[in-house]
Amino acid sequence: MITLENVSKSYSMGAPALNDVSLHIEAGEFVFIVGDSGSGKSTFIKLLLRELLPTSGTITVNGQDVAKLTRKAIPKFRRNLGVVFQDFRLLKDRNVYENVAFAQRIVQTPSKQIKKNVPSILSTVGLAGKYKARPKQLSGGEQQRVALARALVNNPPILLADEPTGNLDPKNSWEIMKLFEEINAKGTTVVVVTHNREIVNAMKKRVITMNKGVIVSDEKEGTYIDEN
Amino acid sequence: MRISTFFYTLKQGIINIFRNKWYSLASIATIGACLVMFGIFYSIVMNFQYMVKGAQENVAVTVFFEEGTSEERIQEIGSLIQARAEVSNIRYISDQEAWDSFKDDYLGEYADGFPEDDNPLEGMSNYEVYLNDVSMQKNLVTYIESIEDVREVRKSELTANALTDVNGLISLVSIGIIVILLAVSIFLISNTVTIGISVRKEEISIMKYIGATDFFVRSPFVIEGILIGLVGSFLPLVLLYFIYNNVIDFLRDKFSVLSNMLQFLTVQEIFATLIPVSIIIGVGIGFLGSFVTVRKHIRV
Repeated sequence: MITLENVSKSYSMGAPALNDVSLHIEAGEFVFIVGDSGSGKSTFIKLLLRELLPTSGTITVNGQDVAKLTRKAIPKFRRNLGVVFQDFRLLKDRNVYENVAFAQRIVQTPSKQIKKNVPSILSTVGLAGKYKARPKQLSGGEQQRVALARALVNNPPILLADEPTGNLDPKNSWEIMKLFEEINAKGTTVVVVTHNREIVNAMKKRVITMNKGVIVSDEKEGTYIDEN
Repeated sequence: MRISTFFYTLKQGIINIFRNKWYSLASIATIGACLVMFGIFYSIVMNFQYMVKGAQENVAVTVFFEEGTSEERIQEIGSLIQARAEVSNIRYISDQEAWDSFKDDYLGEYADGFPEDDNPLEGMSNYEVYLNDVSMQKNLVTYIESIEDVREVRKSELTANALTDVNGLISLVSIGIIVILLAVSIFLISNTVTIGISVRKEEISIMKYIGATDFFVRSPFVIEGILIGLVGSFLPLVLLYFIYNNVIDFLRDKFSVLSNMLQFLTVQEIFATLIPVSIIIGVGIGFLGSFVTVRKHIRV
């Protein structure tokens, strides 16, 4: 499903953000990518989203060589990736329903279908009763659920989460992680970049640890290894 | 594009306009000013052309014959001239008609002093030849002069030529001013759209992550530009509609001495072309200004 072969990414200055990284993630896996700041985790996500191109090596997502995508093909490619960010990235001037429906409008889902899909996904993330609320009327955990609903409403086969619990308290963090687990159980591949040691250690999932742009460990039921 | 997507895009375009209402108003005002100027110059040029055409229609070449030329020969000469492509109309004036007309125009009651059977203009029968296009006058005159039994050809191209020259000058100045105003309008729309884009930067980046196509991201901004152009083109049309007749009445009143020369087009005749052209220009400026800006700022 996701394959990196000898991938390096260098910015104009300094050491490479990723240095000769190779890994493979199977369809339906749940993977944590952990590491300190500057370890290359965010670059990894950006490369998967085709926001950046690798300096060398090959990245294959859903059978597509990311570097070979034409500009026109990128939107279609991204529709197979649900994304959740640390800062939620919700549209502040729209309510919960509209934030989720927005993702469906982009892929030109018929209005009738949107009216069915949005309430359904909102109930999956536990926000059925709050569809009229604006983001600022919601707690951090609720905002992240909205972001998750938006990421999932188009049924992507892969969910990428970049520090999804970074702005949440432990209770909300756990609730979000449980949702990820439920989604994964339904067959979606979940890749979570995180700093949250407690959650990583408790969930017993595959853990890929990065440090200074290289993979230092890759364990099936791993734990958060402190590299410092 | 789905109908629902179209309406969504349209709604977002309208929201954009209200989000940056001051810039939108500035853009509408600039397009409006540009099109008011365009409308004014267009009306001036069209009316001037109309007057020039009228004047040209009155410019005749007068053909006189050698003394003793027979009626049959005069008719023959008439047929030869009539057959020419540049001739729109030809009229025979007998020497009696010429004298009657002179009496009416210049002598009035003093004409009674002339004996009735005395015609000082005897032998001055002529053809008045009217042209399709006054610029062809020289060719025609050369041809007529070459016809046997033609004594003299009188031409009066000065007035029509002067009118044509002034008309050309006004057209050139108008085009210059309109081009400058169009450039200013495009610049302002471009600024409005740039601000719209910067305000919605986060939304655009979210759209890109979710997989929106270039078309979907750009459309609301292009719609915004088109709507600004459309509104900007309607306002000057309404304004011009109301002032046109007043200005024409004022000119007719003020320059009543020149009533023969001052022939104006009706507001309907002017607007038959001005409405579609103004809308096309307004929408065109809006589309161009926003499309180019959006292409520059949004790389998906």
